[in-house]
Amino acid sequence: MPIVSASRIEAKFRDLRDRGRKGLVLYLTAGDPSLEATGDLLAALERGGADIIELGVPFSDPLADGPVIQRASERAVRGGATLARILRALPRWRESVQAPIVLFSYYNPILQYGLERFAREASSAGADGVLAVDLTPEEAESYVAAARAEGLDTVFLAAPTSTDERLALISRVSTGFLYLISRTGVTGEREEISATLQPLVERAQRLSPLPLAAGFGISNPAQVRQVQALAEAAVVGSAVVRAIEERYPAGGAAAIENWVRWLKG
Amino acid sequence: MLTSTQEKTDPDSRGRFDEFGGRYVPETLMHPVEELELAYDEARRDSQFRAELNRLLQDFAGRPTPLFHARRLTEHLGGAQIYLKREDLLHTGAHKINNCLGQGLLARRMGKTRIIAETGAGQHGVATATVAALLGFECRIYMGEEDMARQSPNVFRMKMLGAEVVGVAAGSKTLKEAINEAMRDWVTHVRTTHYLLGSVLGPHPYPAMVRDFQRVIGQETRRQALAELGRLPNYLIACVGGGSNSIGLFYDFIPDREVKMVGVEAGGRGRHLGEHAARFDGGRPGVLHGTYTYVLQTEDGLISPTHSVSAGLDYPAVGPEHAALYQRRRVQYTRVSDDQALDAARTLARTEGIIPALESAHALAEVIQRAPGMRRDEVIVANLSGRGDKDLGIFQSAGVL
Repeated sequence: MPIVSASRIEAKFRDLRDRGRKGLVLYLTAGDPSLEATGDLLAALERGGADIIELGVPFSDPLADGPVIQRASERAVRGGATLARILRALPRWRESVQAPIVLFSYYNPILQYGLERFAREASSAGADGVLAVDLTPEEAESYVAAARAEGLDTVFLAAPTSTDERLALISRVSTGFLYLISRTGVTGEREEISATLQPLVERAQRLSPLPLAAGFGISNPAQVRQVQALAEAAVVGSAVVRAIEERYPAGGAAAIENWVRWLKG
Repeated sequence: MLTSTQEKTDPDSRGRFDEFGGRYVPETLMHPVEELELAYDEARRDSQFRAELNRLLQDFAGRPTPLFHARRLTEHLGGAQIYLKREDLLHTGAHKINNCLGQGLLARRMGKTRIIAETGAGQHGVATATVAALLGFECRIYMGEEDMARQSPNVFRMKMLGAEVVGVAAGSKTLKEAINEAMRDWVTHVRTTHYLLGSVLGPHPYPAMVRDFQRVIGQETRRQALAELGRLPNYLIACVGGGSNSIGLFYDFIPDREVKMVGVEAGGRGRHLGEHAARFDGGRPGVLHGTYTYVLQTEDGLISPTHSVSAGLDYPAVGPEHAALYQRRRVQYTRVSDDQALDAARTLARTEGIIPALESAHALAEVIQRAPGMRRDEVIVANLSGRGDKDLGIFQSAGVL
């Protein structure tokens, strides 16, 4: 292990552990409904109780996402929320948010931006980590090197279909935390937490030293607690984006803050 | 690494054709893709698998297809001798059945019970639905709503064959969105379902595997040319959407230095981004649908909409092996417009009594431009990859008469 100061993400998980708490990771799509709103929404998620925030970079072809995040991406792309604009706005948004921020993107926008340039600008804009949903460890060598050089954590996804061998590989290229997908499928809310999560958590605990965050399909306080009973943190994405879609137009950022408080229980 | 332009393009262990290809998929699909690669590797070495595939290609699909000397078209153009590889005569009307039979047998071998596929023009959807019926799979086809409207005969065919056809309303409502939706289905039902991808696209091993199942086009053509003409052709010409009919024709000729190859992209109705599907004339390397290849995209890395009168060519990326062949300059890529393709379809219908699919009409439009400048003892083989029955509505509304 190289000797570096703990990242903001590591520090967050250490702090949670020290306090005997479990974390809540929330996702929102940047630029939905507008780039102006995103700054307010980031602050609202933190005030409501988010421990870590995943800031989604909208993509034209979000093939890993269900209908809720697809709609958000379409709105954001239509509104011109490109990676370049998001990185330009991030320093301003960062001023009012202490929580670690993970940029959550499909790979092509990052690749076109230039891996080194992306890592440099994301880091100086105040991002703490990066996640590319369609980038596997096998293809990620240059990306990981570029991110590490700028002190960014690299978060990768592990799935119920990942073999032990793949879990170990994913853990080796991940820093900050390991993101467990609770079930096969696209993002989106489900009635029940998948039975595939617990075995995946157990395998990940055995194969990785990293804190575990688990998501996909979590939409209410009971499910958050269920997941937090298994992993260090629960990740909620589509439900946040749906809350923004339904509540933000009339209720503004305050309505989202209240919704997060409800979710946190 | 310097690679001879005559060397065959085969992927390395990571699925790279030179720098192109690879695997860019959500983690959930990685192990299934690895399993598919293993299963395919075993199957291709299994003589029983090969024998069963060959039997179906012959008795069910109708192989070998003829290499037809288009004498009146040759006369009409007054240059090179034109030969057509008649993939349009196959069962279901296009070359797509070659790949569907191969992947269908593979899916059965892997114990899958359900098959999904995307389709643009509907030819791959029809071939998939056909093979699903033949082998007893549950079958669902994703198709953009725009394509469902312009290729409605094929929608009915798929339903008649027992497939469920799901319209996709997102984005430009064409092939790209159909693939997005098929991948979402696959990632959700991956344990029971095989994704029968229709072109040389997607994560490794799809580009190499689909190419292998389409290679028979070029193998037959080479044999037929040597037997019937006593020589190899000077030119091979084929249209390139994802690129499966073209790579199928080209692949076995790559080492033949004297054989020139032309891949024809859809020039659509203009040169601006969004008006065409000419990836090698407006695109640049990027990642879409699991592979690193030439992609039509904005400066910000968002995938661009495309346009072509031909639903089968209307796609913003191209098979990674074509990207390698382009970079090696082994294959020349050109574009022809919607109007040129429509004209070419009418010309072929009237000189040879064959109505081509609009996709194949792009290859013919290139033949029509190239043949008159060539000598009469030179030979062009064009891949007539599909028949035009599905396009009658478009021919009618475009006023080709």
